[in-house]
Amino acid sequence: MAAVSGLVRRPLQQMTVRDAINQGMDEELERDEKVFLLGEEVAQYDGAYKVSRGLWKKYGDKRIIDTPISEMGFAGIAVGAAMAGLRPICEFMTFNFSMQAIDQVINSAAKTYYMSGGLQPVPIVFRGPNGASAGVAAQHSQCFAAWYGHCPGLKVVSPWNSEDAKGLIKSAIRDNNPVVVLENELMYGVPFEFPAEAQSKDFLVPIGKAKVERQGTHITVVSHSRPVGHCLEAATVLSKEGIECEVINMRTIRPMDIDTIEASVMKTNHLITVEGGWPQFGVGAEICARIMEGISEKLVLEYSQAVIIMYLNIHWIKRSETRDGQVTWFNLPCVQLPGCSCCSSHWC
Amino acid sequence: MRKMLAAVSRVLAGAAQKPASRVLVASRNFANDATFEIKKCDLHRLEEGPPVTTVLTREDGLKYYRMMQTVRRMELKADQLYKQKIIRGFCHLCDGQEACCVGLEAGINPTDHLITAYRAHGFTFTRGLSVREILAELTGRRGGCAKGKGGSMHMYAKNFYGGNGIVGAQGQIFEAYNMAALWKLPCIFICENNRYGMGTSVERAAASTDYYKRGDFIPGLRVDGMDILCVREATRFAAAYCRSGKGPILMELQTYRYHGHSMSDPGVSYRTREEIQEVRSKSDPIMLLKDRMVNSNLASVEELKEIDVEVRKEIEDAAQFATADPEPPLEELGYHIYSSDPPFEVRGANQWIKFKSVS
Repeated sequence: MAAVSGLVRRPLQQMTVRDAINQGMDEELERDEKVFLLGEEVAQYDGAYKVSRGLWKKYGDKRIIDTPISEMGFAGIAVGAAMAGLRPICEFMTFNFSMQAIDQVINSAAKTYYMSGGLQPVPIVFRGPNGASAGVAAQHSQCFAAWYGHCPGLKVVSPWNSEDAKGLIKSAIRDNNPVVVLENELMYGVPFEFPAEAQSKDFLVPIGKAKVERQGTHITVVSHSRPVGHCLEAATVLSKEGIECEVINMRTIRPMDIDTIEASVMKTNHLITVEGGWPQFGVGAEICARIMEGISEKLVLEYSQAVIIMYLNIHWIKRSETRDGQVTWFNLPCVQLPGCSCCSSHWC
Repeated sequence: MRKMLAAVSRVLAGAAQKPASRVLVASRNFANDATFEIKKCDLHRLEEGPPVTTVLTREDGLKYYRMMQTVRRMELKADQLYKQKIIRGFCHLCDGQEACCVGLEAGINPTDHLITAYRAHGFTFTRGLSVREILAELTGRRGGCAKGKGGSMHMYAKNFYGGNGIVGAQGQIFEAYNMAALWKLPCIFICENNRYGMGTSVERAAASTDYYKRGDFIPGLRVDGMDILCVREATRFAAAYCRSGKGPILMELQTYRYHGHSMSDPGVSYRTREEIQEVRSKSDPIMLLKDRMVNSNLASVEELKEIDVEVRKEIEDAAQFATADPEPPLEELGYHIYSSDPPFEVRGANQWIKFKSVS
């Protein structure tokens, strides 16, 4: 069977997330001369994480601009440029540093279209790695999805794989609103199969639409960014025990595609949210709140028990990886689920 | 002859025949222009500065007078409306600083870009918006320039980027100086030094009050901000400097605000009434221009008074409109969250209240 399928299938192109973002930016820089990239080390260094490799060589000083280490200053300059009609991509070396510039992102960018009564759009993209990296400690590991996701006027996207990364950065650049693109440093080097349509110069992933990565019937698992991969791995493990997870990749934090999540929960009756941010006031908290508001109208009528299990911070999932790459999953703390058909003793 | 003319004009003016009095006034020979000496600017890293004399044409003089008087009256009307609680929220008035906004506009082109902080009403006017739109925005009505959703600090026009409420980042300005100088951006950084930062005098807030020098590697000018001609010449000089590709330049305009920092600040706890009165009587920008014009025969006192009357009427009409115009409808509360997007729903105070959002 494997041999036959090997003969019939052509190898799909593999593309790392880094290269996908690079390709997306390259295509948009070529397409519209108003687009430009600025940030620390983006030009001559090829990008702190090499995401903008080759772009300075191709487009030069006027389109790819190295800035001094002054986030507030260059974010402000970028916002001003956007107001005056250019389409800047403002890179933060990590989103932790965006806190230095957060006033420009929220007050100067996000709120301006509203406060000008629709006169002054701000077509800017803020992008960079978000969330935890490898051993970089608290100050360099914060996830900003909840903070930026809180603010009207902003769009916030969080790609997981290469397809997401390319499609979302292109949509973000073409969008006339301020868009925050939360990438993930640990994902940059991960290769994924890159479908044919993603190789097109007009391939876009729509902002505001989630993707069901894996169909399932027993439980809905919602996530964004790197944890989506963990959820799919968990789903594979659980599948062996006869539990089919439906894994949803949010792709966009704001505006949130709650309809996809709701439709899934209606089907499965169970929900877990998984994220890299802190639990209190987090993305999962918002999903639970909205499902509860929606459920109170829909599910109470149709189902006797609508249950939100709990949402989990990624650090609660015990996943152990040895140096040679061997992964072991530990069961989570027990939760007694009324109406749960599988068992009564461990998480399912 | 002059006395007779004046007497006749008074009689005819009494008959309220405007054209007639105009004819009489016009028949009196005014000078077309006059040359004035202006104060020399202090220079930082500059070999030479703006000229110390300038020519003012009658036409320009009348235009500047009208503009400054309009800004003055508009601000005083805003004060009145605020005290009547028809204007709410923040209101930072710029009366006393008229020479800055009018002089600046006189030195640049309409195609140049301008951005400022919260004391923005004067600039909003000089950049082209009407008093009507400005006052209606202050009163939060739908005829306001931002449809009533921005208020005092968020007014926008072509090549005018507001009106910004969040200020006060000394660090940011130095970051901007650095990048502007590094990349030779054609940018004039302007400090309207009205001697106080809210309630704190500059001496208590700044290690160096020579703001025009604080661009360090950026050349600077210190300008008499109460003299519109001085501001105009300095602006012309600074604009020419930038346009020649030499990079950014700094301008410190020494000016004064009669009102407190905002309408919630009486403005007398950190400065004396005598100080305010002294500036008003010796350095008022409108008075200075008026004296210059009358003394050089560029205009008559009556003519300028006529302009005062016209301006007063314009402001009254605008205030009427701003008071009577309805507020934006509640259905539009959610509008303009995103640009260029299809309409969507916004959750209100609870899950059953939904607002439509249109771009």
